[in-house]
Order: sequence, then structure tokens, then C-alpha cells
Amino acid sequence: MAVKNKKLNLKDKYQYLTRDMAWEPSYQKKEDIFPDEQFEGIKITDWSQWEDPFRLTMDAYWKYQAEKEKKLYAIFDAFAQNNGHQNISDARYVNALKLFLTGVSPLEHAAYQGYAKVGRQFSGAGARVACQMQAIDELRHSQTQQHAMSHYNKHFNGLHDAAYMHDRVWFLSVPKSFFDDARSAGPFEFLTAISFSFEYVLTNLLFVPFMSGAAYNGDMATVTFGFSAQSDEARHMTLGLEVIKFILEQHEDNVPIVQRWIDKWFWRGFRLLSLVSMMMDYMLPNKVMSWAEAWEVYYEQNGGALFKDLERYGIRPPKYQDVANDAKHHLSHQLWTTFYQYSQATNFHTWIPEKEEMDWMSEKYPETFDKYYRPRYEYLAKEAAAGRRFYNNTLPQLCQVCQVPTLFTEMGAPTKLSHRQLVHEGERYHFCSEACCDLFKDEPEKYVQAWLPVHQIYQGNCEGADVETVVQKYYHINIGEDNFEYVGSPDHKHWLSIKGQKPADQSKDAA
Amino acid sequence: MSQLVFIAFQDNDNARYMVEAIQEDNPEAEVQHQPAMIRIQAEKRLVINRETMEEKLGRDWDVQEMLIDVISIGGNVDEDDDHFILEWK
Ligand SMILES: [Fe+2]
Ligand SMILES: [Fe+2]
Ligand SMILES: [Zn+2]
Repeated sequence: MAVKNKKLNLKDKYQYLTRDMAWEPSYQKKEDIFPDEQFEGIKITDWSQWEDPFRLTMDAYWKYQAEKEKKLYAIFDAFAQNNGHQNISDARYVNALKLFLTGVSPLEHAAYQGYAKVGRQFSGAGARVACQMQAIDELRHSQTQQHAMSHYNKHFNGLHDAAYMHDRVWFLSVPKSFFDDARSAGPFEFLTAISFSFEYVLTNLLFVPFMSGAAYNGDMATVTFGFSAQSDEARHMTLGLEVIKFILEQHEDNVPIVQRWIDKWFWRGFRLLSLVSMMMDYMLPNKVMSWAEAWEVYYEQNGGALFKDLERYGIRPPKYQDVANDAKHHLSHQLWTTFYQYSQATNFHTWIPEKEEMDWMSEKYPETFDKYYRPRYEYLAKEAAAGRRFYNNTLPQLCQVCQVPTLFTEMGAPTKLSHRQLVHEGERYHFCSEACCDLFKDEPEKYVQAWLPVHQIYQGNCEGADVETVVQKYYHINIGEDNFEYVGSPDHKHWLSIKGQKPADQSKDAA
Repeated sequence: MSQLVFIAFQDNDNARYMVEAIQEDNPEAEVQHQPAMIRIQAEKRLVINRETMEEKLGRDWDVQEMLIDVISIGGNVDEDDDHFILEWK
């Protein structure tokens, strides 16, 4: 009887190429090889219980990734060759990319470093392989984002020095400190923070509705890198869920530790995503879905299903989720009005939303927009029309933990500023919320070291004490090009000339 | 409380067949079209079968090929040579 050369099935193939490539150490102690595996208090009794739902082997990984890259770069080429930037909905949109390139792409690189590091720290082979693949993915995300946006950098301001800005500019300390907090934690906390809380629970809000919005605004390059990166994310998310289930199943003592991490990282991620709320509602000229709607689908609905599933392990939904759910009606408006006031110190422009946009917001935020936020824009528009475009010259009070200015309001009291403070070893610290204050109390040794941009300016560590010097010399923001109001900016004028229109002020001169 | 699983993929040529296959095997699933993407959600469980996909495509199809077009998922994953399942148990 002829024996047909039997093809290995997925499970066997994965087993041979992953687990069987690992070995038990014989002349070194396991604790010496993996010294960081225990100090967080997580108890792992049997690494062989680790499940990898995707069972991707290295050969298949390269094959699929190569295919993704080929598709992606074909589109980048087409976009650049056809001057795709001329076909976007409006140049205001590009400001979202400026925030993305300085705020998000460096996090992809930080994720690469983080996964490369923890990929060395687990004694389980399955976890190591998953982390190593993810490290390569994240490096790819950082690189493809920079490649995609290099085309915009040729035509618009504010995109010229993203990595440098990420390490220095005041609002970019929000994303930077988020990832530094995660990367300076132990390996299990890192995975709970990034793989689970961030990637599984929260990043959909950035990479799904925002990228869909990019497509709706004619940005073929961004939607393509966004979705190409996101195709890796399905694997990352699965890793995130697997990690949590694995840790929880290993030992009941792990449950309270993981719960504390989930509470912490849900809140840290939520604060970070407040930047995305403003990108969605204000920086996409053609609107797809409001932040509140996206939050309902991707957190309340999908997150709800997830936390219901985790109930059986004794895990409850994140401690501060009620505050986050309530904030969906306010978040984007509070952020945008703040950035509007501080545009002198950002690498992107801000503006007053147009009339149709404000009407859209009234419709999407029926309880809050007309009551609390529209009047502010009407006032600011009047000031601008009278030649007094408002810039706030007082540097903001930053939260010691999330590093966002203390701009949020109390839950259920939208005109009451949310602020907490406490004295720790003789120093007074300020917080944006009860949640951030609690996080500080849990780990004061960590958060007293926060590099707070405003404090640093006042301490004289940023090349000067006045905003102009800091912005120009320390941030590398080109004054009069990258910053200030959008209307009348070089980007705006450039856009009008692309569209064959003259800037309003010039046509006035001609008349 | 309802407990939805979901999958989202790029709205491209491959997706057409994927949607057809999913609709055939999950008649209860809800298909949502959004700019550049398609999102499909279902109560508790959603399955993609290799056999159905191969029928739609008229060629061999490896379950892992979906990794190229998928954007996001929600639910526990169970993947083998014949199917890709998302579920909340
Ligand atoms: Fe990434
Ligand atoms: Fe990722
Ligand atoms: Zn805070």
C-alpha cells in the first residue's frame, strides 16, 4: 500500500517548531536564566499549559508578513506617484497625522523594545516565541508609519522631527510616560498592560474607527498602514487574552495582582486615548463615527463581553470604568478646547470647528455639546474675529501620573474641575483624578520620578524659561510654520493653492 | 446581557468571499459596512469554515490566510486546519 506523505497538521507543526526547539537547562539554574520571572509575585506552576491559538510558525510568519509588506509598499508607491496628499478631504486632516507620527509611532518602537525584552524573560517557550514575533511586528509598524508619512512631510509642516519631539514636547510626555511606565515594570505586568489592557481592550479605538476615518478622508496611505499593522494586531490581541487567562489559571494568588494591573492599565490607557477622542471628533473633516459611539461599541459592548467572560476567574471590570463611560460625552471637547489654547506650543494646528461640524457634534452629543461646549467655541470665534485669537500663556498644571494637564471634570459634574493632591515625604503632588491619585499611592517610588515637562521648563532644563525659546530650541517646532492657528497658516495657504483657490487675506488685498 | 463576538477585515476582494462564507455558516451574524472595512458581529459565536471558503473561492484556502486581511477580533480564538472560531463560552 502506497503511504501518502502526510502533511503535518497545524497543531503538530506548531508543537515541533516551537516547543520542541526549547530545552531544559542542565548546568544553570532556571531562576538564573530567567531572573525577572518571579519578583512580581506571579506564580506559574506549569508553562506547558500555555496555549497559542494562532499557532503561527516562523516560516508561515515570514510568508504572510512578506505578502502584507508587498501590498503595503505597492500602495505607498502609488500614493506618492499620484500625489495622493492632494486628494485628502482637507488639509486640516494632516494635523491628525502630525499627532500620530509624534505620539503613536514612537510607541510602536517602544513596543518593539518592550517585547524584545520580555521575549527573553519568560521560561515558557510559547510565550517567548509569541513575544519575539510581536517585537518584529512592532518594529515593522514603527517603520511603515514613518515611511507612509514621509510623503506628507514633503508637503506639510510639523512632521520633520517626530522621534526628537516625542522625547521632549509637553503633551507627548503623555504617550511616552505611558510606555515607559509599562516597560519599567516586570514582564507579567508589561504583558497585562500592553497586550491585554491596551491592545485587547483599548487600541481598537485608534486603529479601527480612526483608520476607517482616514479612508473616509481620502488618505489611502494611512488607512493602508493602519490596517496592515492591525492585521498583526489580531495576533497581539489574542496573545493579550491568552496571557491573562493563563496567569489566572495558574494560581489563585495571581488574581488580585492581575486585577490591580487591569485597574491601573485600563485607566492609564483611557487617559492616553483622550488624545484619540479629539483626533476622531475634531481632526477628521469627514466624520465616520463619534468618539462616544466608538467607545460604546469598542469598550462598553466588546469590553463588556470580555469582562463577562473573565468573571469566572474572579476578575471584575476595571475599577474606574464608570468614570470613563461618563467621560465619553465630554472627553474630545475638553481636549480640543485645551489644545486650541496651547497651539503656540504644538507641532500641529488647531481651529474652531466649522458650522456643519458643530451641528454634527450637537447631534452626536445631544446632552452636552450645546450646553457646555458650543458656547465656548462661539466665544473663541468672536475673539478670533476681533483679532484676539486666544492663546493661554500660563503653563498648565500636569497630573503627576498620566501627565495630562488637569483639564478634566468630575463625573456627573461637567463644570467642576477634577483635581486631587497629596503630600508625600514633604512634597505636594497634583493629579487629574481620583484614579491617578490612587495609582500614585500604590507606587509612589515610581511616580515621584516623573519627568513633568512644565516642571522641567520652570527648573530651567529646557534651554530657556520662555515659551518661545523652549518651543523653538528645545522642541524643534518651527515658529510660524508648525504651530499656531490653522487658518492663515502656511499649510492652509499651501492647501488653498493646491485646490486652485487663493488664501482669503490675499484675495482681499487684490480687491 | 448580550455577549457579542466580532471580526473586522479590510474591505477588499478577499473580503467579499469571506463575508459570503460567514453569512452562509452564521445566518444570525450582522454585517456592518464602514469606510474601507467590514465588521461582522454575532451573539457568542462566529465560525469561518475552510470548506465553505474553498467553495466560494474555487481554490484551496489555508485558514491562516485570513491573517492578511483581518483588522480586529473580539472573543476567544479557536483555530485549526479546518476552521477559525471566535467565541465567548
Ligand atoms: Fe503595533
Ligand atoms: Fe501590537
Ligand atoms: Zn492623571
